[in-house]
Amino acid sequence: MKTLEDLGNQPAAWLSDEGERADIVLSSRVRLARNIAHHLYPQRAGIEEHQKVVDLIQVATEKTGVADSGAYFMSDQIDEFSREILIERHLISPEFLRDDNIRGLFVTHDETASLMINEEDHLRIQSVGSGMNIRQAMATATEIDEKLSTVLEYDTDPRLGYLTACPTNVGTGLRASVLIHLPGLVLTRDMDNVLSQVGKIGLTVRGFYGEGSDVLGNLFQISNQTTLGRSEEDLIESLEKITRQLIAYEEEARNKLFGDAPHQIKDKIWRALGILALARVLTSEEVMNLLSAVRLGIAGGIVKGISFAMVNELLLSGQPAHLQRLMGRRMSPEDRDIARAALVREKLWPAIREMDNVIADLSEESDESAGQA
Amino acid sequence: MKLACMVCTGVRSRLRRGGPESTLGVSEMKCENCGSNEANVHLTQTKDGKKVQLNLCKDCARKKGFGNPLEDVPFPLAEFLAGMVKEATADATGAMSELECPACGMKFVEFTKIGRFGCGGCYKAFDKPLEDLLRRIHGSTIHRGRTPRSRTGKMAPLAEEIKLREELRRAIEDENFEEAAVIRDRLRALRPREPVVDRTG
Repeated sequence: MKTLEDLGNQPAAWLSDEGERADIVLSSRVRLARNIAHHLYPQRAGIEEHQKVVDLIQVATEKTGVADSGAYFMSDQIDEFSREILIERHLISPEFLRDDNIRGLFVTHDETASLMINEEDHLRIQSVGSGMNIRQAMATATEIDEKLSTVLEYDTDPRLGYLTACPTNVGTGLRASVLIHLPGLVLTRDMDNVLSQVGKIGLTVRGFYGEGSDVLGNLFQISNQTTLGRSEEDLIESLEKITRQLIAYEEEARNKLFGDAPHQIKDKIWRALGILALARVLTSEEVMNLLSAVRLGIAGGIVKGISFAMVNELLLSGQPAHLQRLMGRRMSPEDRDIARAALVREKLWPAIREMDNVIADLSEESDESAGQA
Repeated sequence: MKLACMVCTGVRSRLRRGGPESTLGVSEMKCENCGSNEANVHLTQTKDGKKVQLNLCKDCARKKGFGNPLEDVPFPLAEFLAGMVKEATADATGAMSELECPACGMKFVEFTKIGRFGCGGCYKAFDKPLEDLLRRIHGSTIHRGRTPRSRTGKMAPLAEEIKLREELRRAIEDENFEEAAVIRDRLRALRPREPVVDRTG
């Protein structure tokens, strides 16, 4: 990966399904916020100071060997379209290029770590991995942080720790999060209960509400809420503990679903796959919701021949900027929905064709249940 | 067993929740950000066991970066923070809002509006009103994690290198190659531990 072009073409590392419990946890992510001493924070600084901070951090990464493993992209090289790609890949925030401030992005070749310069803070060190892998992400980010701290003077305070532009990040500057798929808890309507439990122990759970769906794709983001007063280890440990507990609750809910209403749940899964396989117009929200059912089907051993990685890849390539890049042109939302449906069919059909045996199983199963009835 | 539909369940539950006193029970909520479009993105966040909901239209949600669970949500949402700042500083006297950071000139009242500090010095300048705010946000006012040893003047070598690079660029631009060679040597001397890659095989 050397150019933005290469970046858009390679699969993001967090999409693979190699991480632990990748059947339920999509990705684990860690972000450390740091500022350079004696410099105004980005929002208050002028263009000269922005440049100084970019220079300092860039030279620091070169001196410490951090820069050897990736490539830099400066804000003036990133066009509108690349910007959307980078947002969809989680590499920058939507805020990152909203004005003419001088900002920099560094991404390692395998995309497991990145640095954002002059966003809300001078430096944001990010690391991401597939599945339940919060410790690995933390280790990667910490390694970069420690290397840089040998040459950079961070803005710190003996009582408050790492100082950040926003007081919600002060202390450790650490935000650790997991993206988790909880269709079982949503379908059994246990999610509200779980949400309030998790909220009581200093973690934040976010569901994302789309048009016509309770929670978009049944995906939830869980992250630490506080950054001050608890050690990094402590914060990571409680996130990990809760995530494992959520996985257990989710499994319990799925067992209940498959046990109490096997036909209804299988019907949902096969209908979702049926729509994905044959539809001609698909919005990205609909794809997310349908893929949620397919993902549940793969985990439950119902759908064979489709991998979690393929589902993850469809989630990303169905996003507007990635889809348009794949098609090689800008498209209206209506055209995108048509192209998205075509893409989904193209990706899924080879796997569905291989499902002959599954389809045979299905007809036996239906004879069986018809006989029972 | 009754199952919720994976695709349309929201429509029903939103109807069930109902909008503000709508007789049909159909929600016609306006976006909390722009106030003009219909709010159709409902973001829920739990805090201290309480559910906080933010209702936005699609455009505003997208602009703020939480239209999509695959995108990272900036945390905290400025809206949630602003509320907290207001609460925490409600008792602050007029004198406090006049506090000013000597390092960057930011006034405390300015901070309560944007929720971002101008520099590290603000933490000291505003330490009194900040204490209550930090307690509300984090439940603590003392850092217990890692802190690197900060040493003033640590970055001098970096500044030197940046200066030399600029000089090198200028020397090359002016085709002053003799001087460029000298600067290059000085730059090399700054990195004694550069790994030597043996390509002779």
